[in-house]
Amino acid sequence: MINTLIEMFSYTFIVRAVVVGLLVSLCASLLGVSLVLKRYSMIGDGLSHVGFSTLAIASALELGDTPLTVSVPVVVLAAFLLLRISENSKIKGDAALALISAGSLAIGVSVISLTTGMNTDVCNYLFGSILAMSNDDVTFSVILAAVVLTMFVLFYNKIFAVTFDENFAKATGVRTGIYNMLIAFLTAITIVLGMRVMGTLLISSLIIFPALTSMRICKKFKTVTICSAVVSVVCFFTGVMLSYNYVMPTGASVVIVNIAAFLLFWALRIIPLAKLKTALLRQRIKQL
Amino acid sequence: MALITCQGVSFAYEGNTAVEELNFEVQNGDYLCIVGENGSGKSTLIKGILRLKSPSAGTVLMGEGLKSAEIGYLPQQTAAQKDFPASAYEVVLSGRLSSRGILPFYSRKDKAVANENIELLGIEPIRTRCYRELSGGQQQRVLLARALCATKRLLLLDEPVAGLDPLVTHELYRLIRKINRETGITVIMVSHDVASAVKYASHILHLKTKQAFFGRTGSYLNSGVGKAFLGGELSD
Repeated sequence: MINTLIEMFSYTFIVRAVVVGLLVSLCASLLGVSLVLKRYSMIGDGLSHVGFSTLAIASALELGDTPLTVSVPVVVLAAFLLLRISENSKIKGDAALALISAGSLAIGVSVISLTTGMNTDVCNYLFGSILAMSNDDVTFSVILAAVVLTMFVLFYNKIFAVTFDENFAKATGVRTGIYNMLIAFLTAITIVLGMRVMGTLLISSLIIFPALTSMRICKKFKTVTICSAVVSVVCFFTGVMLSYNYVMPTGASVVIVNIAAFLLFWALRIIPLAKLKTALLRQRIKQL
Repeated sequence: MALITCQGVSFAYEGNTAVEELNFEVQNGDYLCIVGENGSGKSTLIKGILRLKSPSAGTVLMGEGLKSAEIGYLPQQTAAQKDFPASAYEVVLSGRLSSRGILPFYSRKDKAVANENIELLGIEPIRTRCYRELSGGQQQRVLLARALCATKRLLLLDEPVAGLDPLVTHELYRLIRKINRETGITVIMVSHDVASAVKYASHILHLKTKQAFFGRTGSYLNSGVGKAFLGGELSD
């Protein structure tokens, strides 16, 4: 076990991917609690697809060496747009997400097939690759993750209020629009950072799974948030080890570990109840 | 000057008038019940008073230095809230948010106010319980405590007893009257339940997409509108 760990971390590309991945899973799990409760679970999926198409277009136009600097602003813009659409227009949130998500995936795939052709690069974009991170990417990711975490802690109480009851918050003079935009902004950054390790198709799981898992057991917003952060980080690390040991794609292994964690937490909630029921049944049988 | 004054106020959704020509005043310490059928514009008016919706004509004036951040609001519950993982205390404390401004964390005073209101509404035993596991009546008390955390002046309640059983409904009405009498907080309540409205409220505003009646409860009972509406209830 320890030998495997030492061997694993002797590769710098794995260290880079793990550093970025841990930060991203931490940010995603914190934001995920709010997004899942606001019924915005699929926002991660939509935004990552937008990220995919901007990466494709950026590489087709040969816009610089660091695709992150191109895709962050575009995805942030898409996040604001999504928020606007779902608030104001007649197309409802989930339908708007589906439109943007499928549309940008189609554009991305078309651009790639017209320029470089469908190759392993595309596969890496879609399902994630541990080799994707350069040193510059890591620096950029660490800075952005620090921003996301600080903002989340500073605005924790506001995010709670806006998530629990937007109408009440608005009525008592809290500027909910700004905090909704803040959540969208932080989510967009997190998605772009995590996209290349986790893959376009799988990044949304980092937002959804830890939140749902911790909601099986925890009953306070604060504990849900903290538990979700811990679950997410542990699952990511275990997933990377799994992926290293069995030579599986990183994103997929992380999701599989997350599924296991979800089932475990779910079982933990069910089992005490089951015990209680059998105990009651036994008592009744005795009485009979 | 009155706490709230409506002068020739109308509200419209995309050009379609929801309610029009409202003229009434709410004084400090009043207990106003807004009654009327579905679609008569009750909830729209509440949104207007809260400044969530601006009137298409006329003005809603706030007197005596009342700011919109000083209104306590008890909205109708949303589906998302029913399974929300938060403790009762967390929910109550979030009512203090508007007084925080841009400061990130709650002060000791905010926590003290939250605890006072928890005591006032008798929800001490459930303060650490999870909101989604509470009964309908307990949830409403928690939300009422949160609304009280946001205000010392005006409480707006949007159908607070919807979906509650008769006993709990009765308790909640008495609690609201107690708050109105003992703390002097002005109460504006939207209700379907006319019988209880005339029992507890000091003033009645009856909407029928127009203002059908506004005045003291006593004169409402003797008015044509009031008799018809109450009579209709009784003969059902």
